[in-house]
Formats: sequence, structure tokens, C-alpha cells
Amino acid sequence: MSGRVLVGVKRVIDYAVKIRVKPDNTGVVTDGVKHSMNPFCEIAVEEAVKLKEKKLVKEVVAVSCGPQQSQETIRTALAMGADRGIHVEVSGNDYETLGPLQVSKIMAALAKKEDAQIIILGKQAIDDDCNQTGQMTAALLDWPQGTFASEVTLDGDKIKVVREIDGGLETIKINTPAVLTADLRLNTPRYATLPNIMKAKKKKIANVKPADLGVNLTSKLEVLRVEDPPQRQAGMKVETVEDLVGKLKESGKV
Amino acid sequence: MALHEGALRVKMLFCCRTLHKFASFSGARSLSKHVSSQSVSPKPPEVADDHLIYTQEHFALKEALRKLIDQEINPYVDQWEAEGTFPAHKVFKILGNAGFLGVNKPVEYGGLGLDFSYSVAVAEELGSIRCGGIPMAIGVQSDMATPALARFGSDELKKEFLRPSIMGDKVACLGVSEVGAGSDVSSIKTKAVRKGDEYVISGGKMWTTNGTQADWMCLLANTSDGPPHKNKSLICLPMNLPGVHVARKINKIGMWSSDTAEVFFDDVRVPCKNVIGQEGLGFTYQMLQFQEERLWAVANIVTTMDSIIQETISYTRQRKVFQQPVLYHQAVHFRLAELQTEVELLRSLLYRATAMYIKGNDVTKLASMAKLKGGRLARELSDSCLQYWGGMGFTSDVPVSRFYRDSRLMSIGAGADEVMLGIICKYMDTLPRK
Repeated sequence: MSGRVLVGVKRVIDYAVKIRVKPDNTGVVTDGVKHSMNPFCEIAVEEAVKLKEKKLVKEVVAVSCGPQQSQETIRTALAMGADRGIHVEVSGNDYETLGPLQVSKIMAALAKKEDAQIIILGKQAIDDDCNQTGQMTAALLDWPQGTFASEVTLDGDKIKVVREIDGGLETIKINTPAVLTADLRLNTPRYATLPNIMKAKKKKIANVKPADLGVNLTSKLEVLRVEDPPQRQAGMKVETVEDLVGKLKESGKV
Repeated sequence: MALHEGALRVKMLFCCRTLHKFASFSGARSLSKHVSSQSVSPKPPEVADDHLIYTQEHFALKEALRKLIDQEINPYVDQWEAEGTFPAHKVFKILGNAGFLGVNKPVEYGGLGLDFSYSVAVAEELGSIRCGGIPMAIGVQSDMATPALARFGSDELKKEFLRPSIMGDKVACLGVSEVGAGSDVSSIKTKAVRKGDEYVISGGKMWTTNGTQADWMCLLANTSDGPPHKNKSLICLPMNLPGVHVARKINKIGMWSSDTAEVFFDDVRVPCKNVIGQEGLGFTYQMLQFQEERLWAVANIVTTMDSIIQETISYTRQRKVFQQPVLYHQAVHFRLAELQTEVELLRSLLYRATAMYIKGNDVTKLASMAKLKGGRLARELSDSCLQYWGGMGFTSDVPVSRFYRDSRLMSIGAGADEVMLGIICKYMDTLPRK
């Protein structure tokens, strides 16, 4: 048992930024826009660091796939307590078309290479909202998965996961090695303290290319068009319930 | 319970969506044409390599502090302003745990031993707090009550007072100004008369930020009868000693969330070993740290001024007058451009002085100029912007009116404008010759 946890962290547009669609409708404006770590990835890092503090795992490795700037995201993970980082370099057109399938192939390859015991990812990214990478990674590795985790307990060589599902909470027990995806209520991520930010400078970030891992980045998806959601129309006031029913019938909604 | 907390966090995320539209996040100015056409959004980060004094660590520091402010401070500001105080022990402990109270303090006592540029980064980021009172209170704790102790205090004193202040366990305040002596520090009347192994302190202090909550005071008192610049000492005074009376909390027109006290000393006895450094050098020690205090205050206010301009742009863009947005009237957008220009000039002066200071230069003249300009620009800016908010600007519901009240203090506290002018003239050699 390596006791090693791999945590995926994605660099996304900051949640507070007002998103603008590019004039050519091919995507959203990312140039010069503030980016930060995906909030669910923060929760994933926090869970991994907590496990290490409880001495249930030995090493936390933060992984990010993307251009040069992804290293900043890895540094944030290091400042939160991850031990080292791996930056998988993906840039240019490859980065534009990078999606969950390619990332999960990369994560699976790294998990084998690093002999990881657990992979923790955020349940989804706030830019594409795919909610696929964790599940695909588990499938590629033929590992069990505990997704939408709101509570994680290590129990010998098994993991008890409480999952948030539509009907409420579901508790499952899975074998390790396993893939977990973090949901909102799993924990509250710590602030990167100043001493840890300074210490993170000395931690190592390794550079890897997808080709080195034997991963083909060609995308099978093509984005045809990106549009703003339709403008919200003005509402209408009615006097009586009869009016309301009448209007609803008129507009074909009822 | 978990669901409720989770719901709160999701609500936070959505609240933040509106809150942060208006907050600026660093001193970055590189607006692409896409960003400049947006209503408001957090400023794009400047590339670390291009910044005059900040490295990637500075930016990481600012991000971490920003998160802390967004989660632990800003949601409560309105409430604390209404209550006229804030929970200093609680807030300082959170900041202390994260390492933000001892940025340039010695590592042996829990600090980070970093240079002053990191303090400036912290001060800048504290400007994103939505009032002036809390940053001021934090500034007293981290950069006004503690620098002399850190530099000249005995090991014993540092263990008792400096370490817990850096950790956020003890709240500090600074006792220098008195009812009869503000700008003229040398004419303070509080006495500390030596009796055996103790000093007996009598007198009083005024304008004591954090005064109603402080565990200790860095007190400047007359310890002998000599010449007024050589007869004063800095003393670490526990606030719970018999004879220390916090007489009242002062009602001010601004900085409402910061509790300001008038304190009296009625024959308070304190051991002689509580003197910081050498007896008689208190005045000198206090003067030494003024460069840092002043640059800190400027760093704080430039961020806030940026926010107020952005919020004014946002407001005037949606408020229509005579069939078009207020912002579209040339007088308005031209005036905002003038103000933004001045803020940038002040920011440049701040970075220049900081860069020189961390290399070991004396920047008293530049720091005084920056403080002078900061106070005056804040008044001008808040006044002009408030006008564009119209009737709403006159209400308590908007940030600009709070800024108008809070920022007025900058020309008075931590060295009044007139004192700054005197210092600059001294360096220009234009004062009347003896």
C-alpha cells in the first residue's frame, strides 16, 4: 500500500467573474480574466490533506492539466498542504479541446505510474459542469468509485462513503484503490496560511507531457456554437386568477 | 446541520457573485478591451514577473487573504458597523492563525520575517474590506503597536506581548495621543514615575483604537524630567492592571466598527522591566516606525479608492437621468477618469517608496508625501463620487457614504496633513531658519 493520494485540481475562471461570450461565439473570453482553483477541487485537496494529517495516507500529490498558468493552481494546492505537484502540459488547441475523457486517461495513467491508492477529484468543474472525469477515471482503471461524497471514512483497506443523491444520503463501502469525487458539504477548505504559502515555494512540481503517458489528446467532440442564455423578458401583472389562467393558456404553457 | 452550512456556502457563492463584482483584487491595471467593456468584474491579475515589487508569493498571499476576508469579515461588516464594535479577539485569531499579523515580524516569535513589501501587499488586500474601521484596527495590531517591541524589546517582553499579538491571542492598542497632545507628541503629559522596581503611571490617553478590547497597550509616557524628545519611554502595559480605566467609547462620524477609547491611568503600577528597549528613547523608537505606518495607510486606501470608483461606475451605468445613464454624461466619466489617474499616481508613489525602503533607504519624505496625498485624494474622491450617486449617496445603504465618512480620518490620524507638510518642507529646506 503506497498510501499515496492523487488529487486533481483544475484551473477555471473565478466564480465571481461575469462571463462574456466571445464575439465569434466559439467560446467564452478567458484572456486577462481572473482564474482560480475550481471550488470542488479545493474541497478535494482539503480532504486529502485531512487524511494525511490523520496519518491515514502518506503523500498527497496535486495534479493539473493545462498551460503554464496551471502551475499557480498546483502551488495553491501545495500551500494547502499537498506534498508535491505534477503539471501535465497541455496548451494551445489541445487545451481548448481538452475534456473529461482525455483528463481521465491522463489521471488513470498517472495513478498507475505513481502507484496511487486513492484519487480524489472535485465532483465537477464550474466552467463545463461535466461531472464526468471521476466516473470515467474509475472506469478506465476498473476501480470502485464514491462520487458526490459528503463524508469519507477510511476503514482498513475499505472506504465508507456517504453520497449526496437526489433522494437524500446513500452510504456505500468500497474497496481501495478507489476514486472519490468531492461534493460541497464534504468539508470547508482551509485558507492557505502565509507560512504555508512560503513553504510551498520549496515543494517540487514535476513536468510531464501527455505523450509521455501514452495519452492521445484528440477530441471526439466539436463545439459548434456558444451563446448567451436568452435575455430575461419582462413579466406581466394580472388582476385575477382567471386572468392568470387565461394568459397561461394563451401562451401555450398550459 | 451540514445541509444548512452547505446552503449557507452556496448562498455565499451567490452573494459573492454580486459582492465581488465590485471589489478590485490587486493593484492590477492591465485591462483588456473585453474587460473594460464589462460593467464590473474582479481586476485581471498582473503577471507576477512584470510587477514592480510583487512576486508570485505576494499574489498568492493576497488571494489567500482575500478568501479569508470574503468568508470571515465582509459578511459581518454591516452588522459590526451598526453595533459600533467588532469582535477583535475572534477576528485577530483567525488572521493570526493564517499568519497575517506577523508578516514582517521575527520568526522566533511566530512571525514570518518577510520584508515590508509583504506588509504592503497585506495592507492593499485589507482595502477590500467594506469599511475603514476593521483594516485600521488590524493595522494597529500588526504595524503600529508592535514594531518597536519587535525591534527593541527584551526577549521576555516579546514572549509575553509580541508572540501572542502575532498569534492573535492578545489584542494590542497604541497609547500615544492624548486629549491635549496629538500632532505634538513631545508635549504628552502622561507620567511614569519610577518607584523602586516599578513605574507608577498617571495620566490618560485618547483616540485609542481597539482600546475597549485590548489586552495590552504600547504606552508612551514621560519617564524622566529631561528634554521632551529624550525623556519618554515605551512601556508594555497590561490593560487589566488596577487603575486602568477605559472611560468611554468615543462616538465618531466614521470608522464605526472600530472601537475607539479614552483611557485613564490612576496610579497604575507596572514593573520596570516592561520598558521597551532603553528608557528615554521611546520618542525615537516611535518616530522610526512612522515611515511604515504611513505607507501602510496609503496601501490600504488605494484599493478602497479603486473599489469606490468601480462601484460608482456600476451605479451610474444603470441609473438613468434625462434618458441616458448618468455615466454617459461627459462630466461624469471624465471626472472619474481624472480620479482614477490620481489613484494610479499615488499607487506608483507607494510602490516606489516601498521598493526603496526594502533596500534600506530612508523614505520619510516620499512616505509623508504619499500619506498627505492619500488623505486629500480620498476626501476629493469620496466627495466627487458621492455626488454622482445623488440622493442614494446620502443614504446609509450605499458603500460610498460609508467611505465618505471613514476616509475623512486619513488627513487627521497617523500624522495630520499639516505634520506631513512640515516634514516635506524640512526635507525641502524651506522652513524658517533659526
